Amino acid sequence: MRVYVPIDSAAVSIGADEVAREIARIDPAVEIVRNGSRGALWLETLVEVQTPSGRIAYGPVMPNDVGSLFEADFLSGGPHRLSLGATDGIEWLASQDRITFARVGIIDPLSLDDYREHGGLVGLKRALTLSAQEIIDELSDSGLRGRGGAGFPAGIKWRTVLQTPAVQKYICCNADEGDSGTFADRMLMEGDPFTLIEGMTIAGITVGATLGIVYIRSEYPAAITTMQKAIDIARASNLLGESVLGTTHSFNISIRIGAGSYVCGEETAMLESIEGKRGVVRAKPPLPAVEGLFGQPTVINNVLTLATVPMILAQGSQAYKERGVGRSLGTQVFQLAGNIARGGIVEKAFGVTLEDLVNTYGGGSLSARAVRAVQVGGPLGAYFSTAQFGVSMDYESLIAAGGMLGHGGIVVFDESVDLAVQAKFAMEFCAIESCGKCTPCRIGSTRGAETIDLIIRGVEVDENKRLLLDLCEVMSEGSLCAMGGLTPLPVKSAMINFPSDFTGAAK
Amino acid sequence: MTMIYEPDFGTPASAKLAQVSLEIDGRPILVAAATSIMRAALEAGIEIPKLCSTDSLKAFGSCRLCIIEVDARNGTPSSCTTPVAEGMKVTTRSEKIDRIRKGVMELYLSDHPAKCATGDECELHGVAKKLGIETSRYAGGDTHLDLAKDESNPYFTFDSTECIVCNRCVRACDEVQGTFALTIENRGFKARVSSSGTSFIESECVSCGACVQACPTGALTEKSLLTIGAPTSSIITTCAYCGVGCSFKAEMRGEELVRMVPLKSGGANEGHSCVKGRFAYGYATHSDRITKPLIRNTISDDWREVSWAEAIAFAADGLKKIQKENGVNAIGGITSSRCTNEEVFVVQKMVRAAFRNNNVDTCARVCHSPTGYGLGQTFGTSAGTQDFESVEHSDVIMLIGANPTSAHPVFASRMKQAIRKGAVLIVIDPRVIALVRTPGVVAAHHLQLMPGTNVAVINALAHVIATDGLIKREFVEARCDEASFKEWERFIKLPQNSPEAMEQSSRVPAAQIRAAAHLFANAKNGSIYYGLGVTEHSQGSTMVMGIANLAMATGNIGRKGVGVNPLRGQNNVQGSCDMGSFPHELSGYRHISNPQTRAIFNDAWGIELQAEPGMRIPNMFDAAIAGEYRGLYVQGEDIAQSDPNISHVHAALRAMDMVIVQDLFLNETSKFAHVFLPGTSFLEKDGTFTNAERRINRVRPVMKSKTGKSEYEVTCDLATAMGYPMAYENGAAIMAEIAATTPTFAGVSFAKLDELGSIQWPCNEAHPEGTPTMHVDEFVRGEGRFMRTEYVPTDEKATRQYPLLLTTGRVLSQYNVGAQTRRTANNIWHTEDILDIHESDALLRGITEGSWVKLASRVGETVLKAHISDEVPAGVVYTTFHFPESGANVITTEFSDWATNCPEYKVTAVEISPTHKAPGDLIHSHIGDDPQLDSIVRMANQIAVNIPAGDAAEIQTAHHIVQFWTPAMIDRLLTDVSKSDLSPIVLKALDILLVRN
Repeated sequence: MRVYVPIDSAAVSIGADEVAREIARIDPAVEIVRNGSRGALWLETLVEVQTPSGRIAYGPVMPNDVGSLFEADFLSGGPHRLSLGATDGIEWLASQDRITFARVGIIDPLSLDDYREHGGLVGLKRALTLSAQEIIDELSDSGLRGRGGAGFPAGIKWRTVLQTPAVQKYICCNADEGDSGTFADRMLMEGDPFTLIEGMTIAGITVGATLGIVYIRSEYPAAITTMQKAIDIARASNLLGESVLGTTHSFNISIRIGAGSYVCGEETAMLESIEGKRGVVRAKPPLPAVEGLFGQPTVINNVLTLATVPMILAQGSQAYKERGVGRSLGTQVFQLAGNIARGGIVEKAFGVTLEDLVNTYGGGSLSARAVRAVQVGGPLGAYFSTAQFGVSMDYESLIAAGGMLGHGGIVVFDESVDLAVQAKFAMEFCAIESCGKCTPCRIGSTRGAETIDLIIRGVEVDENKRLLLDLCEVMSEGSLCAMGGLTPLPVKSAMINFPSDFTGAAK
Repeated sequence: MTMIYEPDFGTPASAKLAQVSLEIDGRPILVAAATSIMRAALEAGIEIPKLCSTDSLKAFGSCRLCIIEVDARNGTPSSCTTPVAEGMKVTTRSEKIDRIRKGVMELYLSDHPAKCATGDECELHGVAKKLGIETSRYAGGDTHLDLAKDESNPYFTFDSTECIVCNRCVRACDEVQGTFALTIENRGFKARVSSSGTSFIESECVSCGACVQACPTGALTEKSLLTIGAPTSSIITTCAYCGVGCSFKAEMRGEELVRMVPLKSGGANEGHSCVKGRFAYGYATHSDRITKPLIRNTISDDWREVSWAEAIAFAADGLKKIQKENGVNAIGGITSSRCTNEEVFVVQKMVRAAFRNNNVDTCARVCHSPTGYGLGQTFGTSAGTQDFESVEHSDVIMLIGANPTSAHPVFASRMKQAIRKGAVLIVIDPRVIALVRTPGVVAAHHLQLMPGTNVAVINALAHVIATDGLIKREFVEARCDEASFKEWERFIKLPQNSPEAMEQSSRVPAAQIRAAAHLFANAKNGSIYYGLGVTEHSQGSTMVMGIANLAMATGNIGRKGVGVNPLRGQNNVQGSCDMGSFPHELSGYRHISNPQTRAIFNDAWGIELQAEPGMRIPNMFDAAIAGEYRGLYVQGEDIAQSDPNISHVHAALRAMDMVIVQDLFLNETSKFAHVFLPGTSFLEKDGTFTNAERRINRVRPVMKSKTGKSEYEVTCDLATAMGYPMAYENGAAIMAEIAATTPTFAGVSFAKLDELGSIQWPCNEAHPEGTPTMHVDEFVRGEGRFMRTEYVPTDEKATRQYPLLLTTGRVLSQYNVGAQTRRTANNIWHTEDILDIHESDALLRGITEGSWVKLASRVGETVLKAHISDEVPAGVVYTTFHFPESGANVITTEFSDWATNCPEYKVTAVEISPTHKAPGDLIHSHIGDDPQLDSIVRMANQIAVNIPAGDAAEIQTAHHIVQFWTPAMIDRLLTDVSKSDLSPIVLKALDILLVRN
């Protein structure tokens, strides 16, 4: 008898461990598999039971529901008020385009056999039969772009590293997932770590790097533990090591843990941090692909980018680029958060509308008050009003609409929100998290928060709004990196889309 | 007079040869590839505002004032971080650019004092003015204007309120100095420059001044600038401390020196400095300075201030009386390695022409005389082979018996830069010097040998290279003397020279020697740098030849990145040797016995030079005690503190009738003097110093002489009073005479120096602009000569009575006997000499940290404070010699280098024991009945056993004695010495000498 109880941090935070313990207590004979989360966070703890007719889901299960589940003979898929029927039949999940997250929630994260049974290592094995150029061609053709936020074509980056001669090259996986309302990197590392290992290994054998480093934020202890265990298993199974899957390729992976700095998610600050220095942004050029970690050519990709690579190699670029719109090909792992009824992972082909995500999948606000604003793309993303809900969720359309996709985080606010306060928060966030290197970001963010405060308090509102717009230009045009450069995005979008919040009138 | 302005191009020059053409503001521009757009524009005279960039540091891109627009590219990149590209079209001014620059400046001004303490020095206000913005619209916000100043450093202030967090100080500390003492604390708006969480004085900061130099605002400012005010004129001159010879701008306000600013175009330092040259010049105007001549009849009398004329007459009369009573050879002089080439040249001329003998020696005798001998024998001239820049091209650097971070800090920074860029370091030193492990630097090998075993280690290294087939045969065949090489190769391959055989005495594991030998021999460019840890040994000359052998055998001579490089201790060690200060040779290292050379001087000076060598310093002391040598002119050297076995030195000085001291201060030697002739500081001199890279740098007077006379004028007056008229219009006239009589200086003149900035000799028709790298196509002596380097252990051995070995060195903040640095605020870092003791040696003797210990050798005793240290190995103790009361040289012995008599400062057998005595209780040894005879016996036996001769040792011994001994000493050897005291080789040599006589 096999039961799945997610070990994902989100599930654990609302009692998944207790649920698992309770099941084991009542029937020690039950085989409990601690899988990743399916991503339907509003259904956690989502307990699944393996039946001859497939997996049957129950949720959200609280520890004190377990007794009644046994009474309802859930082990045989018996009916219960929490019964959701076959997991595959849950529309919220079934309607998604799960590619990057194809295995997350389905397999035992640390079972390499499970991983293989569900299509794992096919991409790497194929890559080992191809030349570096062929791999990069496949990747370029797929249209895969950086999922960390910048959206830079992965193939071009890899090609630059491949073509830069060096004694040592590196693959750095950016898992410093610091955007508000994002959790996809964490869920992938906790739910399907071998995908990331496989993706990094493909990157390594392609560009000639022998060491990969996963830079994980310290706030993700479970992800760190799972990744480390997976790396150990991979090494013991010759997936990693001196001879990858018995070939002449050598590749190893090591984990570095961040120290609580948002800006260390910026790729060059991350490199500084990995090198043991203060997490300060470097000027570009040189690009990290030419002079990266310890001055050597370095591929830096986000978790989701690297985790998508095995599928592209396994199924071919065509299968991936069939989805999506324009130059935004494939799928995006959207993360619904904030004041939302049905939060979680929604992996959809590019081109889904914001309306679909917030209302169809998200079900509107959790508070049941009207949705007023949605911030897309993390703390540096724009605030959209409901009037803009028709926007197509892809790189280009979002930029055209005055926003950006970022890491795919979507944070929903209801009508109680004050966008001037949110704008001030954006500046305050920047003031706290700025590395302090460039002047527009270092001083500008503090001046921005102060100026918005004056506007909120009704002090010389027009002059201060002008000053704020001037400052936004200085920051967006003058900053060294995207931290200071994009902080004006939430501020200006709030001012443009919610002008009534910037009149200085007391609310 | 005006201020000398060195332009700042924002980013370092590109090293690329390829050229790129681009357009900036519509102007076609051709620059080296990889040049920043900023530099390309500034070089073309197109101004771009900047604050965080300066051309001594890598581009950083933080201030965002230098933004520009590039056709067909998005955004406004910073011009400092964006390299030029072919065909690029750059716009440096547009409405948008101006708007953003003003916006950035507004942010700066919102957190910066409206008026800075340093006024126009603040680049921020300068840039703001140019941008046409003086105030900020941001009012009433958070600022850092209430932060407290850090005044802890004696020389500069850190005022965080003026700091704009441009990181220039942090980067200068990292990139230029390599100390990593500064950092940025916190992030975002809270980011502030910090001396790593403590005050500057308590931090790792070494006060090199690089941060002060780099700071664009008044945040880091010389205190002297704040107290004296802005300078009004500046003069380029040369530091008077170590042999690096840094160029500085002396910035003056009237007659007052405001500050010394390192010169970017200075060939030796390229804009860098250390705490001594940058800040510790206060001694020059210290109240201890004596500015009037003093005389007295006996050394127990009080000094009498007299006129120059009276002092000169008194001195001349005394010297003449001695010559009348004891002959012309009863007096002599010592030149100073701290004085200018011109001053030195004039003193040696006075001795040879006015005193009519060759009894002239230089204080370089006690530091680098073995370099002169060793490199002369092997390469043909006594000088380092490279310029300092060469180290940047080295792949493997071997550092032997030198501690550059303390003694040659500016060169150390350069070496550290090379190491951080990938060069590999091998350290050979008894102590764990800083470069063994310091931020950014970890030595690949530290061969921690016992003091006195240098030759064992260099032979073992060479043995491995020879036996493992690592000799660069093509170089040796093309460039070196075949016979000498074959003999050397046969010798060095002998099992006695193997690392395994040498391990017993050197205590360096054989495997480590083998690894280091392979590393060095396989380097594309291997360089050797060494200091007094090589020369100040009884086998100093042998070791220098061993180093030269190693460089030749591995083909590391004659190009950039290689070579043999002595790090000279004092500012003008090289120059004082070049100028003919040694008793056996005339300027340009030409032996006194050579009739053609003598003829040049006989003609120029209208005299008849003696053909035999005069006395070396220790010979003078011996002869004084013997009553044969009674008058001495000492130029700027404190022999009574700095020379070894001080009891002996003091006895010799007491025995003399006319000791003339020319110095800034009443030093230890002046206690034994009859005439004190006040000297001038480097700030008053008009002349040249020659640094360790043979670089002749101008020393320009920045203030009037405090004594009313130039030092060479005083020397000339004395010569004239002695009956040989000497006079020069100025320093340039002396250099003209040096050039006219010295082939290696033939092309040197003050006019050319003023034009070129500096010149590395040889400078002549073949090398009109000097010679950065020597021995490029052939050695000065034609073919490089390999010399046999038998390891002969020093007689100074650890015994049951004196089981430890004492070795000595310097600290960063003090300089030699401290006459200068002790009269500056540098005392804040080092107030007394300390004895470093290994924990195990301390434990065995019940010595605890900070307690007083008695330090005793067979010649004397002193008391020092103990420091338990893991920088010395068990069996070795270490101290510095900066304070006279420490009496380090009460302990050191009469032993010296077999070839040159350079004292064996670096090895003294001692015992230590706890004591309650306060320091100052120096116990001097008993002086023998006939120390001269003792010396003659010791020296003769030592030459015989060390001379690299194989079967012909007696011939070479006799030859050596004739070359370097005075006729009087040879006579005593032949007649007074008991034959039973002499070794068989010396006895055979005596026969040869007898025949010759």
